[in-house]
Amino acid sequence: MAQPDDYGFSEEAALLKDSARKFFKSNFPTDKLQKMVADNPDSARVQESNWDKALWQQLLELGWTLIAVPESADGLGLPAVAVAGLVEEAGRAAFPCPLMATLNTTYVLAACGESANTALREIADGTTATLALTNRAGSWQPEDTEVSAAEGKLNGTAYFVQDARKVDKFLVCARKGTAHSLYWVATNAPGITVHADAIVDLTRDQAHVDFVNVDAEEVCDDGLKALEQAFPAICTMLAADVIGAAEWQLQTTAEYARTRTQFDRPIGFFQAVKHPLVDVMIKIDEAKSLVYNAACAFDHEPQRAAEYAHMAKASASETASFASSRSVQFHGGIGYTWECFVQLYFKRQKHSQMLWGDAAWHRARLADIVLGEVG
Amino acid sequence: MSESDIKDTPEQAEFRQHCRDWLSDNTPDEPSFRLPISALEIMTEEQLKYLKDWQKSAYEAGLVGCDYPIEYGGGGRSNCQRIANEEMHRAKTPYMPNIIGLGMAAPTLLHHGQEELKRHLLPRLLSGEDIWCQGFSEPGSGSDLASVQTFAKRDGDAWIINGHKIWTSLAHFAAWMIILLRTDKTEKHGGLSYFVVPISSALNKGVTVKPLIKMTGETGFNEVLFEDLPVNDGLRLGGLGQGWQVATTTLLHERDAGELVTPRSGGMKNAASHNADTTNLIDLARKTQYNGKPAVQDPLLRDRIMQQLIRETGLQENQRRARVPALLDHPARLQLQNKLLRSEIAQETAALALEVAGASASLYLGDENAPAGGQWPLAYMSTYGNTIAAGTSEVQRNILGERVLSLAKSK
Repeated sequence: MAQPDDYGFSEEAALLKDSARKFFKSNFPTDKLQKMVADNPDSARVQESNWDKALWQQLLELGWTLIAVPESADGLGLPAVAVAGLVEEAGRAAFPCPLMATLNTTYVLAACGESANTALREIADGTTATLALTNRAGSWQPEDTEVSAAEGKLNGTAYFVQDARKVDKFLVCARKGTAHSLYWVATNAPGITVHADAIVDLTRDQAHVDFVNVDAEEVCDDGLKALEQAFPAICTMLAADVIGAAEWQLQTTAEYARTRTQFDRPIGFFQAVKHPLVDVMIKIDEAKSLVYNAACAFDHEPQRAAEYAHMAKASASETASFASSRSVQFHGGIGYTWECFVQLYFKRQKHSQMLWGDAAWHRARLADIVLGEVG
Repeated sequence: MSESDIKDTPEQAEFRQHCRDWLSDNTPDEPSFRLPISALEIMTEEQLKYLKDWQKSAYEAGLVGCDYPIEYGGGGRSNCQRIANEEMHRAKTPYMPNIIGLGMAAPTLLHHGQEELKRHLLPRLLSGEDIWCQGFSEPGSGSDLASVQTFAKRDGDAWIINGHKIWTSLAHFAAWMIILLRTDKTEKHGGLSYFVVPISSALNKGVTVKPLIKMTGETGFNEVLFEDLPVNDGLRLGGLGQGWQVATTTLLHERDAGELVTPRSGGMKNAASHNADTTNLIDLARKTQYNGKPAVQDPLLRDRIMQQLIRETGLQENQRRARVPALLDHPARLQLQNKLLRSEIAQETAALALEVAGASASLYLGDENAPAGGQWPLAYMSTYGNTIAAGTSEVQRNILGERVLSLAKSK
């Protein structure tokens, strides 16, 4: 299969991206984000999960959570490049919500086949969900899950579950005998306890989730295969979020470098500031080009989807780190304060950098594909 | 190696087939003598003739200048040069000798030349019959290009040129030069005008070409001295005092940021033309023993090779994304990065290759034990030509910061 030269980024996709950008810009400016999530700087505070549910409701009504749901399950079935465009804009706004978690779950369910159709229809109806498959050590390989299934009951704990307190359902990867199955279960089902993690990022919530004799519906009996097929989309969408957020960091810092004056000149005059800012831009553009290539490959060149997704997330992880570092440094003293908005994006990006694998991890996987595994 | 398989338009698909058919019968054999790493180091008449014959046959088959108008000797197509380039690369053809002409002089002539000049000069340029060179830099004007001092003094309908150009690749074979001249000493940018001037026909009649040796041991670039060379006013491109604006067209194309895709071939992989890319790097790493096992199995080297592969693929994808306006944040942002990234990525890939080669990286051209015939040290040193020429990487970062991020000008 061949990729279309324009990534298949249609007029419809451009319209969606543009309207998302306007939606977040007018409804969710950064000062609103700061007020919502950074009200209390006390690091010993009770973990909060503050988000704008009314705005999320509008987003649901716009149909943005069902864009990746296949048409056969009453979704819109938009190509991954269109979804990436929306996610890039959500990332630019750092909008706390379960959009990414729900999209990720959607891609996994869509890879399950017929058996997951009911769950997909729920998502098309506005149900939100997240994946529960990571172990205590933070392994991104679902075969390492610490949840097991026997006689229709789930037991064990899933760690690093994203936006666990914002969603309606978990899609759990559990060991079942020698295989791994996926289970669909309400977050408030009996036997489930959600423990909020104390995390650095103020724009997300994360939890570890205990399962004790939980009744759950099996939606896929080859969970590893479905997860492997969906994993390129998961990495690509997170990378799309990162480049949106990084572009906010770049533009905000460039604006500061144009207006902040020292030694009688705007600091952007000095090449010690100017050149690294250009390098941030270059890094963002590399990641962005790789994101749309990976998203396009997901639909049009599936045999290379994993390879390109590893490139996109490796590049995005480095972008997240570098853009964050320079955004705080070039804001100087004010950049080091709680009140300066750059801290919000700094923390979000550091979270994204590691989530679903950091740069070195993705490069190692990429090397196995390109160079062959080391025997 | 990771170039995506990308769909063509119907016109491109048909043209691609034409290129493939022609190339399958007409790709020249490797020459018996050594070719330099690029056209910028052509030294002998024998090398030049082989490469000129190749450009002429590719031109006559419609693979060179295909997007130029028919009246100027082009193919009158649109968005097809990239297709021809891909196919020539795939067929491992030699490179084009008239690289300055194709990459810089031709687009500048097309945008700014008078009608008669275009009809006269462009066909001979595209076919490679006339080799072109570029007279911008001077001993005292490098990064600060607008400070050039080579002076054209008015003399009726003509101009008398005196001055000193430097780093002039291919001047020793050139029929023509594009040149940035000062016509007014009272204004910096506004005192510049842009001309085309004859070189080979004026040798020892106002023009002297003196070769310079590069750190690689190769030659290919020169100093060009002008002493009272008379030039007709009809050879001026653009208005008097508009030289800087015309030069901008040249520089944009030189840096792969212009509208027109430069005809490029050169996939030929013989021992003497070695691209500093990850395909060749991975090939080296497979063949090289490192700590007792193939270098390609060393975890640290694997990681660094993948870093280079990702950067290289990112640059390819930048060029693709530049064709999708809905995915651009700024109209020139990607194009202005091309030259900077192409040269720096190649430099780092070649530097990594030297590390992979280890002790053998000490062996140069002519040593029978040198990996890849000693091409890696040559390729590595050659990349400095690219990070310095056509606006240093430092100047490129200034341009990006000022034009795209609107930061205060560093001057």
